[in-house]
Amino acid sequence: MNAPFEGIGASVRRKEDLRFLSGSGHYVDDINRPRQLHAVFRRSDRPHARIIAIDTAAAKAAPGVVAVYTAADLLNAAGAPIGGLPCGWQIHNKDGSPMAEPKHPVLAEGKVRHVGDPIAVVIAETRNQARDGAELIAIELKDLPAVATVADAIAPGAGSVHDDVTGNVCYDWHLGDADAVAAAFARAERVVTLELVNNRLIPNAMEPRAALGEYDPTTGDYTLYTTSQNPHVIRLLMGAFVLGLPEHRLRVVAPDVGGGFGSKIYHYAEEAIVTWAAGKLRRPVKWTADRTESFMSDAHGRDHRSTARLAIDKDGTFLALKVKTLCNMGAYLSTFAPCVPTYLYATLLAGVYRTPAIYAEVKAMFTNTVPVDAYRGAGRPEASFLLERLVDAVCHDTGLDRIAVRRRNFIPRSAFPYQTPVALQYDSGDYDATLNVCLKVADWAGFEARRRAAAAAGKLRGIGVSTYLEACGIAPSKVVGSLGARAGLYEVANVRIHPTGSVSVFTGAHSHGQGHETTFAQLVADQLGVPLAQIDIVHGDTAKIPFGMGTYGSRSLAVGGSAMVKAMDKVIAKGRKIAAHLLEASVADIEFKDGKFSVAGTDRGKTLAEVALAAYVPHNYPIEEIEPGLDETAFYDPANFTFPGGCHICEVEVDAETGEAKVVNFTAVDDVGRVINPMIVEGQVQGGIAQGIGQALLENAAYDRNGQLLSASFMDYTMPRAEDLPDLTVATENTLCTHNPLGSKGCGEVGAIGSPPAVINALVDALKEYGVRHLDMPATPEKIISVIHANRPRAAAE
Amino acid sequence: MPQVSLTVNGRRETVEVEGRTLLVELLRERLGLTGTHVGCDTSQCGACVVDVDGSSVKSCTMLAVQADGAAVTTIEGLAAADGTLHPMQEMFREHHALQCGFCTPGMVMSAIDLVARHPEGLSEAEIRHGLEGNLCRCTGYHNIVKAIAAAWQLMHGKAAAIAAE
Repeated sequence: MNAPFEGIGASVRRKEDLRFLSGSGHYVDDINRPRQLHAVFRRSDRPHARIIAIDTAAAKAAPGVVAVYTAADLLNAAGAPIGGLPCGWQIHNKDGSPMAEPKHPVLAEGKVRHVGDPIAVVIAETRNQARDGAELIAIELKDLPAVATVADAIAPGAGSVHDDVTGNVCYDWHLGDADAVAAAFARAERVVTLELVNNRLIPNAMEPRAALGEYDPTTGDYTLYTTSQNPHVIRLLMGAFVLGLPEHRLRVVAPDVGGGFGSKIYHYAEEAIVTWAAGKLRRPVKWTADRTESFMSDAHGRDHRSTARLAIDKDGTFLALKVKTLCNMGAYLSTFAPCVPTYLYATLLAGVYRTPAIYAEVKAMFTNTVPVDAYRGAGRPEASFLLERLVDAVCHDTGLDRIAVRRRNFIPRSAFPYQTPVALQYDSGDYDATLNVCLKVADWAGFEARRRAAAAAGKLRGIGVSTYLEACGIAPSKVVGSLGARAGLYEVANVRIHPTGSVSVFTGAHSHGQGHETTFAQLVADQLGVPLAQIDIVHGDTAKIPFGMGTYGSRSLAVGGSAMVKAMDKVIAKGRKIAAHLLEASVADIEFKDGKFSVAGTDRGKTLAEVALAAYVPHNYPIEEIEPGLDETAFYDPANFTFPGGCHICEVEVDAETGEAKVVNFTAVDDVGRVINPMIVEGQVQGGIAQGIGQALLENAAYDRNGQLLSASFMDYTMPRAEDLPDLTVATENTLCTHNPLGSKGCGEVGAIGSPPAVINALVDALKEYGVRHLDMPATPEKIISVIHANRPRAAAE
Repeated sequence: MPQVSLTVNGRRETVEVEGRTLLVELLRERLGLTGTHVGCDTSQCGACVVDVDGSSVKSCTMLAVQADGAAVTTIEGLAAADGTLHPMQEMFREHHALQCGFCTPGMVMSAIDLVARHPEGLSEAEIRHGLEGNLCRCTGYHNIVKAIAAAWQLMHGKAAAIAAE
């Protein structure tokens, strides 16, 4: 009997599941170290205020309290003062000057700038004692005028979030050809305009952030266990910019991490403080966020306000697109915040369409809110929502068909590689194919019968489509460097064949739910012919892995997997030389297939395990030509972004009595390139769609006018629950990426990028009798019912 | 300090705790049973669900002293002594009903209780309604619903089929 197929394309059940299902997962908060102390932060409950005085005496005297630190202690720290949290991406203004980059203090210095801004940390023997101590700190604040929205921040006379930033503007940036757009607008048959809000979201990975710092005085080594998507990046940022520690003295471990969705990419204050305090107190220091802290300290996502104008000719051909966006950076620049509304957003404004001229202006504003950074999709959901709503607005205004207009403007399959007017060059795709399959699977043609049936049952039913694209597989280092990135974005893999033939793979990518231990093992099993059970994927520890940039931007397989392929190619190349020696054949005659090196045209061969043993016990070995061992490392720097895309179709039903909208059917047909494990890919897409439906109908980070966060618990912020979502129909229709060795594009974000416009397009369709042209997200019952009440159906009015 | 005696996963435990200690803190910090997770502070997310005397309970919402004399089962106590998974664990794995694994212990414990309370059958809508107290941010619930339906078959299906004969 053949062993079950477990290579590329098999829906292998996940290797990591056994520990998660039996309670043996190993998350940061599960780790406890001898003599460990506990940190609790005292945070600002005001959006904007000057710090007049901080009295820590009572806290310091409280039972169990070991230390209380404020900014003054960090600035006067023995040795070097503690630096601010660094920003990893510099954007330049239209005039070429650099963006405003005010200091992001680890603990508030002089002012607090958002609710949740940390002011002091209390470190005590138990968490409860630290909590009690934190309440005993007396803080005198003088309130300052606060701005919560981009509209308020840009208004004349608005309060200044940073004294040294004029008008709260972080940057005023643009991309594209303004003249070409103006010329096209002048000769257009029609210009369709749409104002849109992309609502602010709170990522809410189920595991709250946590950090545990440890110091070994005998070696001077620090260890940080942290809930991170990219431990090497944290080591570099915290070591080099905040604490002044060299990399070899600092180990960062991100063990099992309970979801990230972007929010665990960034370097946060708490990590730096527990590490620093562990050194100062010579005891381990642990901090775990409670959920309310997560709401007011994890980076938020989205928060755009845009005006989009599309010039068309009379048959609906797109001539030019002009976009003006105000985006919210929050109070400080989070690690990668500046690139999200620029190079991950405006560069995507061609979408899947041949729009020949595009011009985008983006102004980023500081406000008295939690910093905003990449959240699942990051910039690309904002672009796809804008485009796909705008296309439907074209159809609404002209009466043209939604599918026909999309088809008419698609970049045809024959046009790849396709250079857009906004910097990107797409390598592959087939937008007609994903659209056609999706229309069929979703039974678009049969919709009117379903609409009538719903109407008979008293429900308003609508259908919506989005055809979208994204850029991921982030990213070519040289390109992003020229765009302001302060890092390279390659990935690293070390493939170690052990003497008996089992394999350990050390990857710089990080799994926090994606199932890398399975997908990567399948890739290795496929390439090296080693059974899955003999392959171990190791991630999340800077002491074990050579280097790595981590997991975000759907990059793990396209970039990290490609690094693995490159390292395996080196293993095979060396193995061929060893095998040639053992088999007394020429290297050119050695083939490697299914785990065996053979002399071409003969049945003579050596298994990978035999070759590995010879490499580690080099008695009969070409020692003059090659070194012992079978252990290879590769760095892979991608040649381009990858461009997944596809089509999402959503059907909603609205209860006209209550205004409640429910997604009743959802179909996604995505092009994610080569798929290693279809089961895992489907799971990734389903999860992304759930977050997209959440954005469209439920979720909103609500601030009041003064900057108070109103949605700071799961009782106030509407997370999608099982009953809010339908059964999801997910399929792929793939073209291969042309520039990486796997042909894979990435699947982590497509669900969150393609779905929000499909939902709102469906909702607008359901409410067409009421003259609705657009609805902002989240389309809550309150918004829908007010639209229904304000607009009697045309049919009834006639 | 109050003393609490309880049975956890079949083992008798007697622990002295501060009065304000929550059951989940007792399990995680005193007994080292870190499979039960804390995902929020308002009893919304359900990551901390355990079984107390036959009912699923959010262990972040129960004081340890309230569990005095109780029999508690956590995720660590579900599999058989030989490592055989509970049908619910097995179906979660089979149907890819978990990604990051953080909500999983509470989700599995709630699901077992849900299935146990419905020997007569469970529709998809009833499963979705029954998961109201458990949040998952990774899966979109699609595969969780499938796993629970499949586990119902394993836990009740055979008995139901025999009873019908």
